[in-house]
Amino acid sequence: MIKNISNLGDAAVYCDFGPEVSEIVNSNVINYFNHLADLIKKEKIKGINNLTPSYNKLIVSFDLSTTNFSKLKEIIQNLDIDKVKKKKNKTIKIPVCCDDEYGLDFNRLNHKLNLSKEEILKIYFNKEYFCYMTGFIAGMPFLGDINEIIRSDRLETPRIKVPEGSVGIVEQFANIYTCESPGGWNIIGNTPKKIFNKSNLQNPALIKPGDKVTFFQISKQEYFKFNE
Amino acid sequence: MSKTYFEILRPGINTTIQDSGRNSLYHIGITISGAMDQRNYKFANNIVNNKLNKAVIEFAYQGPLLKLRNGTINFVITGEVSFNLIRNNFQVEEGRCYQNYNLYDDEQIDIISTKKSVYGYLSISGGFELNETWKSYSINTKAQIGPNNGKKYSMNEKIFVKESNIKNIKNNKINYKDSFNNIIRVIKGTNFDYFSNQAQKTFFNKKYTVSRLVDRMGMRLDGPNLENIVNTNIKSEGLVRGVIQVPADGKPIILLSDHGTIGGYPKIAIVISADLDKISQLTPGTEINFKEVSLEEAENIFKAYNEETNKYINESN
Repeated sequence: MIKNISNLGDAAVYCDFGPEVSEIVNSNVINYFNHLADLIKKEKIKGINNLTPSYNKLIVSFDLSTTNFSKLKEIIQNLDIDKVKKKKNKTIKIPVCCDDEYGLDFNRLNHKLNLSKEEILKIYFNKEYFCYMTGFIAGMPFLGDINEIIRSDRLETPRIKVPEGSVGIVEQFANIYTCESPGGWNIIGNTPKKIFNKSNLQNPALIKPGDKVTFFQISKQEYFKFNE
Repeated sequence: MSKTYFEILRPGINTTIQDSGRNSLYHIGITISGAMDQRNYKFANNIVNNKLNKAVIEFAYQGPLLKLRNGTINFVITGEVSFNLIRNNFQVEEGRCYQNYNLYDDEQIDIISTKKSVYGYLSISGGFELNETWKSYSINTKAQIGPNNGKKYSMNEKIFVKESNIKNIKNNKINYKDSFNNIIRVIKGTNFDYFSNQAQKTFFNKKYTVSRLVDRMGMRLDGPNLENIVNTNIKSEGLVRGVIQVPADGKPIILLSDHGTIGGYPKIAIVISADLDKISQLTPGTEINFKEVSLEEAENIFKAYNEETNKYINESN
């Protein structure tokens, strides 16, 4: 449940679900997100411009000419979230090629973790991940939690350009770079699958908050054949 | 019949199409974008009798040199901008902002520069011929979304326009002068108490200077460091326009229209909605002071800002 509602400036509601980051807390955030998105779609709430769910927060930004903080706070406080039908989440399978030209940071990870590339990948692929949120530039999914044995910090110096499709890990999280961008995650491979497709206007983001994601390894031949 | 268009003879520094912004997509990482100075954007559409939310050309500092091909249009430029009309008889006519002009086939608009400000707007009666992406025409160059494949305009490209029936367009004018002051009003942020007492005082009492690191995404400020006594990182969470975040180096960053949708730096304050136009027009080197206001004050100031905008709009008609 929401622990505290405050204002983020004069045109956003800041819903705080407590300090813990877990699948349970995040599922709760996503329930509120889905419920509000549904009410906006049915035109039962006016003035909301955007909803931004993250690990343990939901930010509701609005048009100050149409509504205000106290009106929306009241609506959010009185949402009957228990009655919300849980959305059925998908499980998405992502192919990853981890050959040396794609897995850019195995040298670093070998030293930091004292594990071989094969050991790291065995642990990484042997898990189903949960999508906490998507965002930053274009549909980048923030997935978790990765096994404690293979957790690592950010790169000391972030890369200026991380290639599109790169699969990265930092602390308990994994992500996929949906477009070429700067970044400091440890890159372990690259997927040929399009994670964010801006020409698909109805459904640009393949992975959505609340979805489950599994990864499987492919060879370089399979990588090149994937989009044929 | 050939289409009417602007030929770009000089693109300018950062010339894009913008409108009121792209909403409902923060949750998949697509930011709001839209005109940086929403008031001047609305004025531009108002003066040429457009709906206020039509797409316009936004330019920064040096604007484009545009040659009109195959038609006649009626246009206006808003902001603090010096520009010329280059007529067919090679006569150069000095342009004035906030009033509309007819432009005939093969004539040119030379937008020389913005004056002591950053952004200006060019709107034409009837608007441009563009494709919509997610209910907005705004160009987002970081995610490469919107008209012109999400890129700023380059030399020799074309911007297609709707031809105007200039007989039906009356002369319009707004007597507007931007009243500049350097006080930026803010509401305390959700991590205000992460900062030392000294830092909290410094933030409100000392001057900060707009650095050269400023674009449509955000604005870095130079000034005294703000000491964080709790944690220089927070769990990544949603952001909005106007958030002032402070990374580990202690220098505040103000998020503007093309900001990332989530981030993990503590938020010391948020600029009030009524001051967002003003902040986007600040040039590097400008000194500013932050002033705290309550939520209720911010709401009232915004109401007054809206009323003032509408007053100018009603006067022009």
